[in-house]
Amino acid sequence: MADKQAVIVLAGEAGQGIQSIESMLVGILKKDGFNVFATKEYMSRVRGGVNSTEIIISENPVRAFREKIDLFIPLNQNSIERLKGRISGETAILGDSTQVKHEKLINVPFQRIASEFGNVIFSNTVAVGSICGILGVNEEILYSHVKSKFTAKGDEIADKNLKAASSGYAIGRELKNNGIIKISVKKNSSIEGHLLLSGTDAIALGALSGGCDACFAYPMTPGSGVFTAMASMEHKAAIAVEQAEDEICAMNMALGASYAGASSMVSTSGGGFALMVEGLSLAGMIETPVVVHLAQRPGPATGLPTRSQQGDLNLAVYSGHGFFPRAIYAPGTVKEGFELAALAFETADKFQSPVFVLSDQYFVDSYYNMPISEFHEIKYEKHIIETKPGYKRYQLTRDGISPRGVPGFGSGFVCADSDEHDEEGRITEDLDGVRNSMVEKRMKKAALIKEAALEPVITGAKDYSRLIVSWGSNFNAIEEALSIVNDPKTAFVHFPQVYPLPKSTAEILAQAKEIIDIEQNETGQFADLIKLETGIDIKKRVLKYNGMPFSVEEIVKVLK
Amino acid sequence: MEKIFDRTGENAWCPGCGNIGLRNIMLSAMSELGLKQEEVVFVSGIGQAAKAPQYYNGSFFNGLHGRALPAAAGIKAANPNLKVIVESGDGDMYGEGGNHFLHAIRRNPDITVIAHNNMVYGLTKGQASPTSQEGMVTPIQVDGVFEEPLNPVALAIAMDAPFVARGSVGEMEKTKEIIKQAVMHRGFSLVDVFQACVSFNKINTHKWFREHTYIMEGHDPHDRQAALKKAMETGNMPLGILYMKEDRAVFEDKLAPYEKSKQPLYARHREFETVKKILAEKA
Repeated sequence: MADKQAVIVLAGEAGQGIQSIESMLVGILKKDGFNVFATKEYMSRVRGGVNSTEIIISENPVRAFREKIDLFIPLNQNSIERLKGRISGETAILGDSTQVKHEKLINVPFQRIASEFGNVIFSNTVAVGSICGILGVNEEILYSHVKSKFTAKGDEIADKNLKAASSGYAIGRELKNNGIIKISVKKNSSIEGHLLLSGTDAIALGALSGGCDACFAYPMTPGSGVFTAMASMEHKAAIAVEQAEDEICAMNMALGASYAGASSMVSTSGGGFALMVEGLSLAGMIETPVVVHLAQRPGPATGLPTRSQQGDLNLAVYSGHGFFPRAIYAPGTVKEGFELAALAFETADKFQSPVFVLSDQYFVDSYYNMPISEFHEIKYEKHIIETKPGYKRYQLTRDGISPRGVPGFGSGFVCADSDEHDEEGRITEDLDGVRNSMVEKRMKKAALIKEAALEPVITGAKDYSRLIVSWGSNFNAIEEALSIVNDPKTAFVHFPQVYPLPKSTAEILAQAKEIIDIEQNETGQFADLIKLETGIDIKKRVLKYNGMPFSVEEIVKVLK
Repeated sequence: MEKIFDRTGENAWCPGCGNIGLRNIMLSAMSELGLKQEEVVFVSGIGQAAKAPQYYNGSFFNGLHGRALPAAAGIKAANPNLKVIVESGDGDMYGEGGNHFLHAIRRNPDITVIAHNNMVYGLTKGQASPTSQEGMVTPIQVDGVFEEPLNPVALAIAMDAPFVARGSVGEMEKTKEIIKQAVMHRGFSLVDVFQACVSFNKINTHKWFREHTYIMEGHDPHDRQAALKKAMETGNMPLGILYMKEDRAVFEDKLAPYEKSKQPLYARHREFETVKKILAEKA
């Protein structure tokens, strides 16, 4: 009987080539008709340690991290030690016995075979070939992929890699045919032509779709991926990209650019964002749109630089001195990442306020296949007017939104001041008059943003008595767990917008007799926010804070 | 000549403040250059000098303390056609904004920086600034400043800033000419302008600056070694254009949107087709 899915895990030292095996393998498996999901966990180092990549293949889409391993390929002994908790009686362990020892090891001499072609460097290709053999991948797809990957390095290298792949494939096929490794996952022809997109891709492409034309950042894991993606598209999509000297510069540069009419984004992580906070408050004061992609990782301080956490919700909600409006989106899926990143620009421009896209390491580093038809145009406009003499940048209006002019477009002056300012944008100390009006103007905008808050997404039982509450990247794991448990009384509510919360929140929660909050931080920051906004105190909180994402199995345990 | 940027009304400066003299110099320089109001953006941080844009008839971005330069570069990134003039004090530019100062010179956007250098903090009432001279006693530096003062012009020349000059409010005509050249020079131009703080600096007064500066003659600003030597002179300090360089790459020229056109970003719209094409590459 065919399995629903197979979890393949590759592990080895940083620099051993895990990533190149992963990228080859995922491309081949998708091309061959498997639904694929891949995620990685890695150490903050360039060499050594243990990094691992999980690849799940399935007939129907599977899009969340799983604990249990079906096929484990450790490239060094430390990998076995570090991941031993995930090895079960059913796990097949494939490896080179000169590198790894385990009582259940199925020996494939990757290195010796590679040496036959002149260099142990080909051993990763041997591994790819053998995994393809085990999974019954179409041989031609394997070879064409290997060929296209190595052709640029010359015919000789390409040829040796092909031979290495072929030797590996033969061994894998034998292991399958002899019944030594029994993994059988059905392919699905409907995925032909699907895209492979990560959370990083989704946010970057969503930003493009929302009109982003300027991106400034200082490199920081895991926020740098989006910055790198923007840079990689700068010529194709005409984006102003600059690596700033620090996050303080990045934020202020983004605000200068937005002031002059760009749709700017910064991409960062906890500590980097902490440096941007002064500038965030400036954005609030000068009512200048900016989109902040904040990819969370465990803190405090440097914390676990390459790991995942949902620990910066409070930081995003409360950052900045003084009161000013903001919106915070937290995508749960790749598709939602694309849509929310695009919407972030529209919201920022419309309300002339900072808007967050709050992701995390697990979200940005995970990817899976989906059809291009899932991505639709999201109309945007910059909401910019041509100014006339006498233009007032902060004109008091009924709804608090002043027509936004930019310098150089029209004959008016566009004045932005970080001091409290009058309608024209010039410094004032008129306390009872102008100050009060400007505070009220900013509060009106906050009310409008709340009015426009996105509705929560509810799945599972309509007539629920038990409700799972969560946000951000936990979405897929909870969805899959829910469909495994299939409890007729349980529903799951996911909040794509975590701040301000939509007005329907209290009503949705009130229907449940039992509420379980699931989040990846040590206190339940989102549950606290819900309590603050609705008065509903969610007592049962399932919290995880070791830096790893929730697995489907963990959520299943919670639901049972 | 009509000073179109002149804005009448009260300001927050003390009578006799060097900022007032520098404002007059700026107004003359800008009208002699024929700058148009709608093509100029004044940028500043926070401080007494940083209030300067508030007193012009024009667009401005009066941002955060120390952060004028990132904002100025951002403005050029969004619209390279704008003339961007930064005015800020020595604490704003060289203290809080020191790191940005270094990297803005490396980045080299086409902006002009007018640094009001009075060697003291004014708005916060009399603490030492990065350019305060050794021995100056303040409410904080009660035993006198012991730190080595920052030499902004020498630093800028060492970093190969394409235009480095020093002016003084006491030398109105000369300083006006320097500022005009700085504004017209393509790339990052720095004019450090000596001026007195009449309330909090009792050492470096108008008189002191007159007695400790001289106008350079016969100096070749294209000679970097000579420029650096001049910039390092203490005691009697040279005024004039210390250093010039014409061929440095300019930040906004190198940004992808301006490869083919100088059209500002506000006037552009990205078609979904562009996004779709990139999406399709992910297959």
